[in-house]
Amino acid sequence: MLRFLLTRVSLVVPTFFGLTLLTFFMIHLIPGDPVEFLAGERGVSPERHAELMARFGLDRPLWEQYVGYIGNLLTGDFGTSIKTRTSVLDEFLALFPATVELSLCAMLIAVAIGLPAGILAAVRRGSVFDHSVMAASLTGYSMPIFWWGLILILVFSVELGLTPVSGRISVFYWVEPVTGFLLIDSLLSDESGAFASAVHHLVLPSLVLSTIPLAVVARMTRSAMLEVLGEDYIRTARAKGLGPGRVIGLHALRNALIPVITVIGLQVGMLFAGAILTETIFAWPGIGKWLVESIHRRDYPALQGGILLVASTVILVNLTVDLLYGLLNPRIRRT
Amino acid sequence: MTAETETPANVQPNPLAEFWFYFSQNTGAVIGLVVIVTITLVALFADVVAPHDPVLQNRDALLVPPVWQNDGNWRYLLGTDDIGRDMLSRIIHGARLSMMIGAIVVSLSLVVGIAIGLIAGFAGGLVDAAIMRAMDMMLALPPLLLAIVVAAILGPGLINVVFAVAIVAIPHYARLTRASVMSELSRDYVTASRVAGAGTLRLALVVVLPNCLAPLIVQATLSFSNAILDAASLGFLGLGAQPPTPEWGTMLSSSLQFLQRAPWVVTFPGLAILITVLAFNLLGDGLRDALDPKLKR
Repeated sequence: MLRFLLTRVSLVVPTFFGLTLLTFFMIHLIPGDPVEFLAGERGVSPERHAELMARFGLDRPLWEQYVGYIGNLLTGDFGTSIKTRTSVLDEFLALFPATVELSLCAMLIAVAIGLPAGILAAVRRGSVFDHSVMAASLTGYSMPIFWWGLILILVFSVELGLTPVSGRISVFYWVEPVTGFLLIDSLLSDESGAFASAVHHLVLPSLVLSTIPLAVVARMTRSAMLEVLGEDYIRTARAKGLGPGRVIGLHALRNALIPVITVIGLQVGMLFAGAILTETIFAWPGIGKWLVESIHRRDYPALQGGILLVASTVILVNLTVDLLYGLLNPRIRRT
Repeated sequence: MTAETETPANVQPNPLAEFWFYFSQNTGAVIGLVVIVTITLVALFADVVAPHDPVLQNRDALLVPPVWQNDGNWRYLLGTDDIGRDMLSRIIHGARLSMMIGAIVVSLSLVVGIAIGLIAGFAGGLVDAAIMRAMDMMLALPPLLLAIVVAAILGPGLINVVFAVAIVAIPHYARLTRASVMSELSRDYVTASRVAGAGTLRLALVVVLPNCLAPLIVQATLSFSNAILDAASLGFLGLGAQPPTPEWGTMLSSSLQFLQRAPWVVTFPGLAILITVLAFNLLGDGLRDALDPKLKR
């Protein structure tokens, strides 16, 4: 197990450094320079331009900038946003909980609905329910979620007036940020109604974000269950006279869950991508919206740091899933 | 078609007929195929099919609702947008763009991905490890995020979107090709043609590659839908095709402020995206089932 752990972890280090190289040079290929962008239409004199380039370190050779960047990364300095003049890491950490809260809720919805739907579809293979689940999940998988979000806003917010259109919480509440997770913070604060307001704001975005993972989880659970249900040990369990609940819930599900957990883990990357669109539609103050805004205002350092941090998070989660997989399935460890 | 499957057991069925037999049993896949053929025809003949010019503005017909609503107008079946352009014509021309984006993205990423996969598979050792690490790195980034970064570097625009989405798709093909190549290389027929004196290039392109195609075809169909979806997402974020180009995602984002007053300007482009993507996913699923020998028995 230790060897398996070390191999997997050692594979992550070069990936991480490759990633810094990738993001660093990619970001520097973006047309237009940030100083010009900050100056806007008024323009800036050549002397002032050179001075500002020097202050941001943009006039040094690329490799020197890169070495400096890596050095800074190792001390936890992910750069300073050109627009807001604050540390990228601080900005990221301030916005990260909002994205995590949204993603966790979306994943929760996806698993809570997708898992039972997939199991039931597999058990009742070929039934109307099975066909409906498969049709729904393929539709969900094909969904342009930015459009789906707008349609849900149109129905639930505009027509029915059930949910708010944007933001994390009503402007009437002020909640002291303790954990950054509004659901927890609003419970901790003594503002009555704050928690309900936070839940209200969270429902629609997390439904939208959960659409694709839900489809994937349902499909994966169904096919994993179908595979397991055809195994000999299931027939043995049935032959022993165990009830269907025990056979499906205990013998089949435990083995079917292994690939499902992997797929759930791999959805984390998808969730971040989906969060970019979802947060833009619902004006959710998280990482996704921040990244898109950084692109539009050509904030190199924010973009660089942000992408690196998001990618690192995805890599770390994937690594954890990998290790968990090894823990659950001993056969994997030897390969 | 069914007649051909009733051939005597000792006669090898025509592989195409056999494929069609399994494929046509999947209703969803056939529906997907029909929809795709329809969209392709509409896209090809957009100039003839579309009732209006997609960028022509009509100041007398701003935000006209679709024909089945009150105040609907037979001149504009799906209504008009905020500057009086016909929605139906824009969606039809959008189909041309989306299908083109999909086709170019898939061809580009397929060719580059296969080349990279073949090199990695045949070279092995350090080259293989280096290439695969690089591919893993690209896969570590969420695809849309990577496409956004590439689109941001290249600047917004339709052609840049194509490149951005194509680059993101490369690792999938490279990994798939490499995996198939690895499993094929140990087969006897490869050894045989090697002994017969086939060079590496011939071995790669003529001997091994055709036997790796089945998973690649499936992946190509599925990534066609991803390409359309990603391009539309980039358009929606303002990083893709720029107005007045009738790209579905761009159309959606440029009429966002009319969501409440005129829902049809948002509904129809999105529906077009959903239907197209769904059709390709249905087709991809059907192809996977029909081409996978394990599922046939």
